[in-house]
Amino acid sequence: MTAVAPGPGRSFTQAADDELTIYERSVPGRRAFVAPALDVPAVSVEALLPAHLRRPEPPRLPEVTEPEIVRHYNRLSKRNFDLDTGFYPLGSCTMKHNPKLHERVAALPGNSRLHPLQDPARAQGALELMYRLGEALAEISGLPHVSLQPSAGSHGELAGVLLTRAYHEDRGERRTKVLTPETAHGTNPATVTMAGYEVVKLATDRDGNVDLADLRAKADSDVACLMLTNPSTLGLFEPNISQIAEIIHGVGATLYYDGANLNAIMGITRPGDMGFDIVHFNLHKSFTQPHGGGGPGSGPIAVSDRIEPYLPRPQVIRRPATPDGGGEPTATPPATSWVYDLDFDRPKSIGRLRGFQGNYGVFVRSYAYILSLGAEGLREASETAVLNANYLLAKLAAAGVGEYLPAAYNRLAMHEFVLSGAPMKAELGIKTLDLAKRLLDFGVHPPTVYFPLLVEEALLIEPTETETRETLDRFVEIVAEVLREARADPEIARHAPYGTPVRRLDEAGAARRPVLRQIL
Amino acid sequence: MSTYTSVTPTDRAEMLEVIGVDSVEALFADIPAPLRLERRLDLPAGLAEQEVFRELSRLASANVSAEDEITFLGAGMYDHYVPALVDAIISRSEFLTPYTPYQPEISQGGLQAMFEYQTAISELVGLPVSNASVYEGPSAVAAAGYVAKHHNGRRRFVVSAGVHPHAIETLATYAHGYGMTVEVVELTDGVTVLGALGDDVSAVIVAQPNFLGAVEDIAACAEAAHAAGALLVCAADPIPLGIIQAPGAVGADIVVGEGQSLGNRLDYGGPSFGFFAVTEALLRRLPGRLAGETRDLDGRRGFVLTLQTREQHIRRDKATSNICTAQALNALAGVIYLSWLGRRGIVELAELLLARTDYARRRLAAIPGVRLSHTQPVIREFPITVDGDLDAVIAHCRRAQINPGYRLSEHELLIAITEQRTRAHIDLLATTIEEAL
Repeated sequence: MTAVAPGPGRSFTQAADDELTIYERSVPGRRAFVAPALDVPAVSVEALLPAHLRRPEPPRLPEVTEPEIVRHYNRLSKRNFDLDTGFYPLGSCTMKHNPKLHERVAALPGNSRLHPLQDPARAQGALELMYRLGEALAEISGLPHVSLQPSAGSHGELAGVLLTRAYHEDRGERRTKVLTPETAHGTNPATVTMAGYEVVKLATDRDGNVDLADLRAKADSDVACLMLTNPSTLGLFEPNISQIAEIIHGVGATLYYDGANLNAIMGITRPGDMGFDIVHFNLHKSFTQPHGGGGPGSGPIAVSDRIEPYLPRPQVIRRPATPDGGGEPTATPPATSWVYDLDFDRPKSIGRLRGFQGNYGVFVRSYAYILSLGAEGLREASETAVLNANYLLAKLAAAGVGEYLPAAYNRLAMHEFVLSGAPMKAELGIKTLDLAKRLLDFGVHPPTVYFPLLVEEALLIEPTETETRETLDRFVEIVAEVLREARADPEIARHAPYGTPVRRLDEAGAARRPVLRQIL
Repeated sequence: MSTYTSVTPTDRAEMLEVIGVDSVEALFADIPAPLRLERRLDLPAGLAEQEVFRELSRLASANVSAEDEITFLGAGMYDHYVPALVDAIISRSEFLTPYTPYQPEISQGGLQAMFEYQTAISELVGLPVSNASVYEGPSAVAAAGYVAKHHNGRRRFVVSAGVHPHAIETLATYAHGYGMTVEVVELTDGVTVLGALGDDVSAVIVAQPNFLGAVEDIAACAEAAHAAGALLVCAADPIPLGIIQAPGAVGADIVVGEGQSLGNRLDYGGPSFGFFAVTEALLRRLPGRLAGETRDLDGRRGFVLTLQTREQHIRRDKATSNICTAQALNALAGVIYLSWLGRRGIVELAELLLARTDYARRRLAAIPGVRLSHTQPVIREFPITVDGDLDAVIAHCRRAQINPGYRLSEHELLIAITEQRTRAHIDLLATTIEEAL
């Protein structure tokens, strides 16, 4: 059945027409591309490419004009909700404002048109930027050695577990297991398997912390690593972290820090000081690379001295400039007396994790962010992220929301917090999914839902530091309104959304009969 | 100092009161005192926007980019022209600032673009299933190895030396973790010739065109791989596929590649995107996001992320990959670029590259002391051997604001010709090398 309900307070409109695909707009003979003039002798393709290597028919790409392409993708863009348009409290994703300056500096030709195989002597600006970003990340994490190479958080995790393997192998040890809490991001266990280890899950105690008894029982000499997020995916700071580090180091394993939640602690406490050996950063979270609809990201890692020899190749290094200038002249004389270089001579390195030096365009944006905020600004960002989260949690409780959506743990939150929709489901008959879908009608991106898996009907809410108090207050009103509405008629939320370009979609059907491309 | 936060002292006081604590410091009570950083981070003070811009401009201008010299560097990333409409579209907030489309009802734009992208890649490489992107080219090769390992449970990869060296290194890094060995087969006159393969070979991995620019006979490679019961993985360069046989059409089981040349800039190596396509038989082992078509409650067409039971957030330690965030925005640039080229444009562009590269090859080979390293068919890149002091040649080129290409060895250069390199540029390269010899 289709409930007909208004979309009260709907503040976000999207192009509502059904959209054709770019292929459905294609008409034979139309074009956007005009090839540069042929300024060399014409060649015979047949003569240069034997028939069995030639493509018999051109690929059926669309035939469309520039105006059509622009209108098509502009129309599609209006069918996307985005952070620049409204509140996006997607837990674990740190949807903070993306400063516009960053796009401008990333687009400077000296960055965007710099070839990754340019001689390092002629890429001194890029290498200096990477070196300085590495220094800043080392200081923020409390771990001295940085590799910027991994492409995203999951890639940083893979680097970290492979580093652990290399470290143990170098000591002649063969270990088989990696511990992850049951609350871990899915990337943690998936990484463990990819790196050739067996996952052993750790229990969570009643307060949301790592169950120390379970950890003691499972930490043995077969354990290579414990992967932990702190604050945890429950948005709670793990107060026993020093004991955990002692237990893990006591059996010769490494302690890995999943940096997805770093936004809570910048300048306040540091993973290195907590005893972590390896940390990854999500530059697209804490350091505000725009998320791009699912990337690009970047996942640098920082490590302790004992892990350093195994870092990926190449590493960015620097040495004092020699009196003769230490190499080739650059377009502009360097402002420092350092010469930067790429070091490939790393015999114990795990090797490469990808091509070239990493997602440099992301480094530019994150470095600009660190320069803008400085030491105090980074601390203030984390303090405000935590203030905003706790304020939102308290306001939701005060607005009567807590009766249906109680906090999963009755503790101070860090930068995010988890609510359980179990009472809402039992008493109002709407699930967390229904609440999320109804929020869409109010122009709000829903929180992360059904994660962490440990909490029934979970909602993971991360407001970030760049939201105003008024936005948080409005979110509280909207959630309270949806609950009021559900008390009167749960059918409204069960069939939401109504005001979006499409309504609830048949995801099961999509998986049963996958249609993954247009038949041309 | 820019902060991008809005909390005034009044806000702070009132917010703390609502929370029921008396200071921001109290919010961090769970952090044990010995772990608190009792000093300021050792970083400079924050700067105003224009000061940051000035510093970033200083750094950018200390690089010699393709703006500053005539570059023949390629070897995996290429200085192709990026049309203005790509920038105009991908800089829109609606594409730039959302995350992965977990809520499809408000993410139809991104999801439909993924579907269109998957269609374009699928068509280009000749396989029925493409995912929505992976990180980049070399790690896509390593991810393909992981698919092959799980598909047939064998222990060994045979990799052509014509695969990009970064991809071979990346494969070796990953393979050591997931417990596979990697054997490299040297090229024969610039191309891959496979002998008999053992029955322990999980996958044969080749590149098209290969690292030395040569067009490979993928059908022959596929036949050899399949005869041994192995998969054929092909790392393909997308623009040449406008005129060379789609690897999937002649037997490749997995086609991956670096997507940078499709509407993405050099960016000193990233972000770009990797593409990843497979046969129907491998669909359930595909890594990464997939957009699929479906219907909404009212019967309207819509798109969702689908077959998510392959993925880490559902399947956890049994997932087909650990990948989460990939390269959606870069893949969007890719599909916009491919739509801009269109069915005829991609052929015209590839033919222009073929003609200019052929011209450059003849022009350089005519220089005394310069030889072609191989004579296989090429599309946009080829190696030359310089009998003489290559250091002197490179230094002389630099003085003429020319970057003559990627140095392969003591005497070899790999030269890439994009449509941005004109006949005049090629002639200048030739005369400059000639002068130096």
